[in-house]
Amino acid sequence: MPNRPQPDLPEHDTAAFWEGVKAGELRYQTCNDCKEVVFTPRAHCTACGSGKLTTKAAKGTGTVYTYSVVRQSRHPNFADLGAYSVAYVDLDEGFRMLSSIVGVNDPTTEIKIGMPVKVEFEKQDTGDYPIPVFRPV
Amino acid sequence: MANQRRDAAIVGIYEWPKRVDPSVSAMQMKAASIKAALDDAGLKWSDVDAIYDAGDGDGGGGGLGLAAYLGLKPTVIDTTQVGGSSYEFHAAHALRDIAAGKAKVAVLSYGSKSATRRVPIGTGGGAGGGTWSGNMESPYGTTLIANYAMVANRHMHDYGTTSEQLAHISVATRHHAMRNPEAVQAMTDLQFVGVNEITIDDVMSSRVIADPLHLLECCMVSDGGGAVIIASADVARNTKKKPVWIIGSGEATKYRENGSDITTSAGAQSAPLAFGEAQVSPSEIDIAMIYDSFTITVAVCLEDLGFCKKGEAGPFVSTSGIAFDEPGKLTLNTDGGGLSSNHPGMRGIFLLLEAARQLRGESTSQVPGAKLAVSHGNGGLLGGTHTGGTVILAAD
Repeated sequence: MPNRPQPDLPEHDTAAFWEGVKAGELRYQTCNDCKEVVFTPRAHCTACGSGKLTTKAAKGTGTVYTYSVVRQSRHPNFADLGAYSVAYVDLDEGFRMLSSIVGVNDPTTEIKIGMPVKVEFEKQDTGDYPIPVFRPV
Repeated sequence: MANQRRDAAIVGIYEWPKRVDPSVSAMQMKAASIKAALDDAGLKWSDVDAIYDAGDGDGGGGGLGLAAYLGLKPTVIDTTQVGGSSYEFHAAHALRDIAAGKAKVAVLSYGSKSATRRVPIGTGGGAGGGTWSGNMESPYGTTLIANYAMVANRHMHDYGTTSEQLAHISVATRHHAMRNPEAVQAMTDLQFVGVNEITIDDVMSSRVIADPLHLLECCMVSDGGGAVIIASADVARNTKKKPVWIIGSGEATKYRENGSDITTSAGAQSAPLAFGEAQVSPSEIDIAMIYDSFTITVAVCLEDLGFCKKGEAGPFVSTSGIAFDEPGKLTLNTDGGGLSSNHPGMRGIFLLLEAARQLRGESTSQVPGAKLAVSHGNGGLLGGTHTGGTVILAAD
């Protein structure tokens, strides 16, 4: 199993997101006052400053906006992984998330911009929180 | 041009000559560079009344810490830290403060020991969690280089840009570096494989660090430092060298937003402010000192500064002649850049230093009669949270 770094909690803005992940939900927020989609999670709307936000569960489907494949990393949790991807994924609900594309044999050739992907909650070697990653559909 | 401002000028410069230097601390580099830059201007230690600092110096404590270390009591202190473009912001603030009558002799300085300390700036992985942003990013192991590489991939997807086109930036920059003895020494001390001119094929056959960026599209990790003295017009009239006037500046921020275009940087906002204030157009610029953390940074910023249209940097850098001895109007990064001369972590000060050398006629890759230069820093992560700082400079 992978051994990605865990979120460092408690942390006020991101706690609800990670509780959602534990429950199998990819959570995002919308503003009650101006309808802005807010991500990454915060306690205020980034468009109007309102503190009235609603937390929702996304369907988990989206497309790859862009990506790269990391060939060299000194981070101890990733140093032995071999080439691994990082990507910005645009979710269908209108938010963009940094994540990783998994489930491909060769990330250097099989990941494409615009590719449809779906979230999965990847269990980790250590730690209570699975990590949301995306797999081509 | 009648109203082009002449309120403040770069009057003294110094660049630390060594890029691997275990013999000094980062703070010693800063202090010695300030003294040398004051000597270059013919000004005294006690003339300094304003300090601008990015909190570098390996724990230097910002403007306050530096003032105490130097033994100065400035009446203006500015500790703006916005990544590698901090020094362009500092120049902008020094112009503003001098024009407002708050200061007469301003000091910008930099010192870093990233090579000696073996800091893996580009490949170390993301910052730790525990913050609103860190908790959302640290699980993915994205490196600094991968962040820039994501911009390159999207630029290639949207506009058909190729690695071969971007490689022209590396080739021209190395060409300049080979004429700069300090850059040659840097590459030698950092044990570059082949301290020589490079070809497009050399860049393309160097290993990929984060797709699509190759090793020779990435800046080095070096030690380094320097200082810039910016003075009011009345002081500048009596300094040793010809003043290099700061005639416009712009500052902007950008960060990841839902649905935003990652191929456009904060420079698209900062550059029009700077060119507008300077009352010049990009087509009049002789020298572009553009922050070359990676080839893609230069490509995106050339577009955002208006040297070519969005999406056309690939054809621009591969056909317009960006080396100093090619016929094209615009010459790029004549010191050898971060790619081939120095990159201690935040190279914004070197963009000002080389622009000033060009406008004084002192560059090792001198463009004859260079009159106008732009120094554009991109600080932070091009594909994430970053700043753009644009400074327009004019020869006396």
